[in-house]
Amino acid sequence: MLGKLTWAAIPFDQPIPLFAAALVGVVIAGVLILVVLKGWFPYLWREWITSVDHKRIGVMYTFLAMVMLLRGFTDAIMMRSQQALAFQAPGYLPPEHYDQIFSAHGTLMIFFVAMPFVIGLMNFAVPLQLGVRDVAFPTLNSVGFWLTATGALLVNLSLVVGEFARTGWLPYPPLSELAYSPGVGVDYYLWSLEISGVGTLLSGVNLVTTVLKMHAPGMRYLRMPMFCWTTLAANLLIVAAFPILTATLAMLLLDRYLGFHFFTNTAGGNVMMFMNLIWAWGHPEVYILILPAFGVFSEVISTFSRKPLFGYRSMVAATMAICILAFMVWLHHFFTMGAGADVNAMFGIATMIIAVPTGVKVFNWIFTMFGGRIVYSTPILWSIGFMVTFVIGGMTGVLLAVPPADFVLHNSLFLVAHFHNVIIGGVLFGGFAGYSYWFPKAFGFRLHEGLGKAAFWCWFVGFYVAFMPLYVLGLMGMTRRMQHYDVPAWHPWLLIAAGGAAIILAGIILQIAQLVVSIRHREALRDETGDPWNGRSLEWSTPSPPPAFNFAVLPHVEGIDAYWSMKQAPPNAEPDYEAIEMPRNSPTGFICAFFASIMGFALIWHIWWMVAVALVGAYATFVVFAWRDRDEYTIPAATVARIDRANRGAREAALIHAQAAS
Amino acid sequence: MSASEPDTAPGDEPVEKHEAEGVGTYLIGLGLASLLTVVSFFISGTTLVWGPSIPVALVVLAIAQMGVHLVFFLHMTTGPDNVNNVMALAFGVLIVLLVLTGSLWIMAHLNHNMIPMDQMMQMQR
Repeated sequence: MLGKLTWAAIPFDQPIPLFAAALVGVVIAGVLILVVLKGWFPYLWREWITSVDHKRIGVMYTFLAMVMLLRGFTDAIMMRSQQALAFQAPGYLPPEHYDQIFSAHGTLMIFFVAMPFVIGLMNFAVPLQLGVRDVAFPTLNSVGFWLTATGALLVNLSLVVGEFARTGWLPYPPLSELAYSPGVGVDYYLWSLEISGVGTLLSGVNLVTTVLKMHAPGMRYLRMPMFCWTTLAANLLIVAAFPILTATLAMLLLDRYLGFHFFTNTAGGNVMMFMNLIWAWGHPEVYILILPAFGVFSEVISTFSRKPLFGYRSMVAATMAICILAFMVWLHHFFTMGAGADVNAMFGIATMIIAVPTGVKVFNWIFTMFGGRIVYSTPILWSIGFMVTFVIGGMTGVLLAVPPADFVLHNSLFLVAHFHNVIIGGVLFGGFAGYSYWFPKAFGFRLHEGLGKAAFWCWFVGFYVAFMPLYVLGLMGMTRRMQHYDVPAWHPWLLIAAGGAAIILAGIILQIAQLVVSIRHREALRDETGDPWNGRSLEWSTPSPPPAFNFAVLPHVEGIDAYWSMKQAPPNAEPDYEAIEMPRNSPTGFICAFFASIMGFALIWHIWWMVAVALVGAYATFVVFAWRDRDEYTIPAATVARIDRANRGAREAALIHAQAAS
Repeated sequence: MSASEPDTAPGDEPVEKHEAEGVGTYLIGLGLASLLTVVSFFISGTTLVWGPSIPVALVVLAIAQMGVHLVFFLHMTTGPDNVNNVMALAFGVLIVLLVLTGSLWIMAHLNHNMIPMDQMMQMQR
């Protein structure tokens, strides 16, 4: 009846996961009770859960990323403290639990923190920057988000029901094959990523189409803000790379469920094919994460330097070059697998070449700042912190691209330090820069500057204290994923690294405090004009938060930095407002994801009847959606006029004030 | 949404044109696709052609099948309204070629730096 699921699946004998799960359960129950008692549920259902508004979906993606960041960071703190304690001692985490923690940490941080963070920012900002009212496929977008949430739910469920993979964040066979991982851990990993991978692919299709097809009048490709270009490149990579991930994991699933031999050591399977395929996805994935962050930095640096982006066209060329080159370097993740010098040299050189367009970008940002009147707000602090940190991370990456050096450093803590250097210093700093930059646009009030700067300095200093010791440890020969060790020379460095994690924790606490304080003082931090940073691109020409239709009248774009040139021109007369048609909200995404969650859970535990029920449910949802009659609603011209007039007044007053001051 | 580019999204063709030409095109496509499928199954088991040429023939038939799908079902043309589609196809073909040739090359090179199995056995003895 319930497949492999029994009471034995609940880890009653392990206090740590049980206590953590109880805590999370209490928090979730508390939030639910609050929602029900306050009567917020109809609002949440109508305005958020069923929303097909790209801004709302973007906010929900970012929110998911931040909640998952807390979970992933808890894993990180546990690993750092375990390694700080486990010198000639067992520490407090038994090996089988420690293995699950580092696997869950990597999986969560890449798939459910970094990915939703950048996809959320892209969803939120790109249609506004392009000057359009919506994305190309609004309901598909909602489905994509909720499927991602399903994946996150399943990974977190593994904490309480069953176990998570003990294989690392990429389940290398033969360890991940049924013979060596008979439990449900790897299945949890595989099904969560299959489901959320479909969601990511849908989101990629949607965003590629949006950037290519939906533009305000006059918004030619070479007038798009840089963030739109990096979004295009990142989503082209998603569309090209995520099918590889889905297919590779599907082959591993066939091995585990139906006794196939894709990646077994017997019957003609080849373990190395898994490494090859997973990294053919994995390396483009790195650029899927970092390219949107590059876009955020381009916007932030240009805005707060009060200058157009230096070398716009070279930036576009560099972005698209990275988009192609990202598919030519994947072997550098397994130089040591056995390939000869020809192969290793070719991929090593390709890796060094891909550093060139990245270098072009760094110089462009520096030249954008050069001679500018830089306003040191929180977003640009993240950006400058990124430039310093990312250059160091990039340098160690180029060092690892030299095959002989890689043979020494492969799978050492030097590698761990390198990729945290680029992912924290690049993607996460980019996410935080975008979060503080676009927060006033999304919610209508700014974030508290002082706490934001304090959080930045904690993250910045904490990062260096936590990860520079890992470079040293890697050079001293310490490999990754060690549950305990007995080399005295390593111990002090691991203590320093644990201290760094504590400083980062202070940064996270300050970020939470910043959000709470900002919400409490929202009236003082209110953004009346919709243009709090004196911005350059079109998202700043709408009210904050933007109405559902984004633009009362579609803007006419005359060049790069469209809104900047509009602000230089004299204010034009009030336009003729027309009624606007917008897509109706739809619960399709939520219901599909509901059934997908049940299906994923049932597949993990081999509950076949439940798989069939959920599959039928998901299909029926799709049919109902496909045959609906009314898919749009009309916002009358009078409503559009009322919303726009309120903002025009505040905006024009501010503009006249600014022009008088200068 | 007014697009400033001359090209339109796939499927954005006017409805009348679509229905008038559409069914005929789909039928031709269906016929060609079925024919290619039947030939593939036939040729895989036949002794009429030289054995080693069968895999090559299957590859050729598979590529032809993709072409039929692209032209008749996905409406890929060389017209000026199709620039984006052709670019997307070119990108897709490039990525598939990179991953395919890369994988073949890598997998063929796998054992290059490994000790041959008989030597390894002797070392363990």
